[in-house]
Amino acid sequence: MKKYLILITMLTALILSGCSSSQDETLDIFNYGQYIDEELLVEFEEEFGVKVNYQEYPTPEDMYTKVKAGGTDYDLIITGEYMIERMISEDMLEKINFDNIPNYQYIDENFKNQAYDSNNEYSVPYFWGTLGIIYNTEIVEGNPDSWDLLWDENYSGQILMMDSQRDSLASALKKLGYSLNTTNESEIEDAKNLLIKQKPLVMAYIVDEALDMMIADEAAISLIWSGEAVAAMGENDKLNYYIPKEGSNIWIDAACIPKNADNKDLAEKFINFVTSKKNTLRNIDYVWYSTVHTEAEKEVEEFLYDNPAFNPSQEKIDKAEMFRDLGDNLKLYDDAWTEVIAH
Amino acid sequence: MKNKVSKLYLSLVFLFLYAPIVVLVIYSFNDSKSRGTWGGFTFKWYLELFKDRDIKTALYYTVTIAITAALISTIVGTISAIGIYNMKTNRMNLFLNINYLPIINPDIVTGIALMILFLSANIKLGFSTMLLAHITFDIPYVILSVLPKLKQLDKNITEAALDLGATPFYSLRKIIIPQIKPGIITGFLIAFTLSIDDFVISFFTTGSGVTNLSIEIYSMARRGISPTINALSSLMLAVVLGLLLIINKRTTLQVKE
Repeated sequence: MKKYLILITMLTALILSGCSSSQDETLDIFNYGQYIDEELLVEFEEEFGVKVNYQEYPTPEDMYTKVKAGGTDYDLIITGEYMIERMISEDMLEKINFDNIPNYQYIDENFKNQAYDSNNEYSVPYFWGTLGIIYNTEIVEGNPDSWDLLWDENYSGQILMMDSQRDSLASALKKLGYSLNTTNESEIEDAKNLLIKQKPLVMAYIVDEALDMMIADEAAISLIWSGEAVAAMGENDKLNYYIPKEGSNIWIDAACIPKNADNKDLAEKFINFVTSKKNTLRNIDYVWYSTVHTEAEKEVEEFLYDNPAFNPSQEKIDKAEMFRDLGDNLKLYDDAWTEVIAH
Repeated sequence: MKNKVSKLYLSLVFLFLYAPIVVLVIYSFNDSKSRGTWGGFTFKWYLELFKDRDIKTALYYTVTIAITAALISTIVGTISAIGIYNMKTNRMNLFLNINYLPIINPDIVTGIALMILFLSANIKLGFSTMLLAHITFDIPYVILSVLPKLKQLDKNITEAALDLGATPFYSLRKIIIPQIKPGIITGFLIAFTLSIDDFVISFFTTGSGVTNLSIEIYSMARRGISPTINALSSLMLAVVLGLLLIINKRTTLQVKE
């Protein structure tokens, strides 16, 4: 009997110890998986004498569900621009004090004054990227430069599409010359029909495995995000990436501070810390997405600087469009994509 | 002929079951980061595993929570099973159905429901909420694995023990528990594996700074899963295999005695 009592006491103690919060100053960060060089966290802890609690989430939607429910006290969240737009409109974010972030001056003007945070009050850009096409130069002939490649019957059965509704529909909408945020039902209908027409050519609709399949020469063409393209091109010389001339999607991941943050000052210090030139360069080496830092961009290694996935031309950037938070109209996209997949 | 066909069938089944595990172990020694290419033999992912702070914290929380949750839910579940077993048939069926409900409920519903429950009770999400959630979804499985063993039990033995002067608690300890022990152990192991496995419920009930391996691996998916996970899975596999061998050896020894 005594044995059981001891066991129960120990377990209770264990549970309670989990509840008590430590008195040290801590910074709670919520980020995508593998989206920061972790040594930077350790260095930040040492430099400022604080503790960093670092947690990861799979998709912005998961993050939103959790933060929206309350009960969390993250000080800093890094997420996509359309999610920041939604959180601003729902009054979930705190205005950032930019006096604490002198490094903000180095952030590329291309990424300031964007519609998602039009007065630059709530977010500091972190990394950015584009949606484009990666292809195997040994299989694909010529120099493709258009979305038409994804509908080219010569490569039937060798094309990979993303199982991600906004991204796949964006490729069709852009090929048709429409906006990728359109809420015009007939335009979405056209894009849907185009994707259904493409279906016999498609090998698979996937997201995570595309990278590996392109590296292993198992597929010839794939719709892909630029950072993954950079990683794939590093592993397989035969691969090339381009942003189609009709325009594409550009996205920004940015840092923001939620309303219930209990350590706003420290969060701002951290933003300034990761946006310094030295730390940005180290982070690029880990993350492989394009940098928002004007000074760091000049010093990245040559193979990155010359890579159109890492460093696209200004013309391509100007033509690219960001996803907007569509609110209830998102249902149009849901329905269209479901029909494509079910067809 | 018939023998050959059945052997072929069996080996195909085993191939199907074990091929993914073998591939995983092989690729944990692959020097290249990609699944597509073999870059030579290396131990570097195993070394990196011990440097990766995220994976280490995640492993710590996964194991702590799995063991604690499995222990508590085994105790609670066994007691509940004995209680349910001693009920009248109608009530027993009612309680069994109530017990099934959490099992057939989708994880995402359980996860969000628990999150809302904790938040409405003003409990800060973190280690304790994740542990409570794991205990919650473990208990029904423990009950279900203990109950069949109780049903096999000869009721007369307990009564005989009581007749011979044993207190109810003494007969529980010396008569009932030893006989339903295999069910309790199975229940514990099921609870343990379920807890290690769970992503959805954990994600919604944990707070800042506390993650488990499932959350960690799932979050990596967007950027390609790091081969260190292959190394970690291989190590965990080795540990589980070792445990199984020890348990097997013990039972064969006991049988011989």
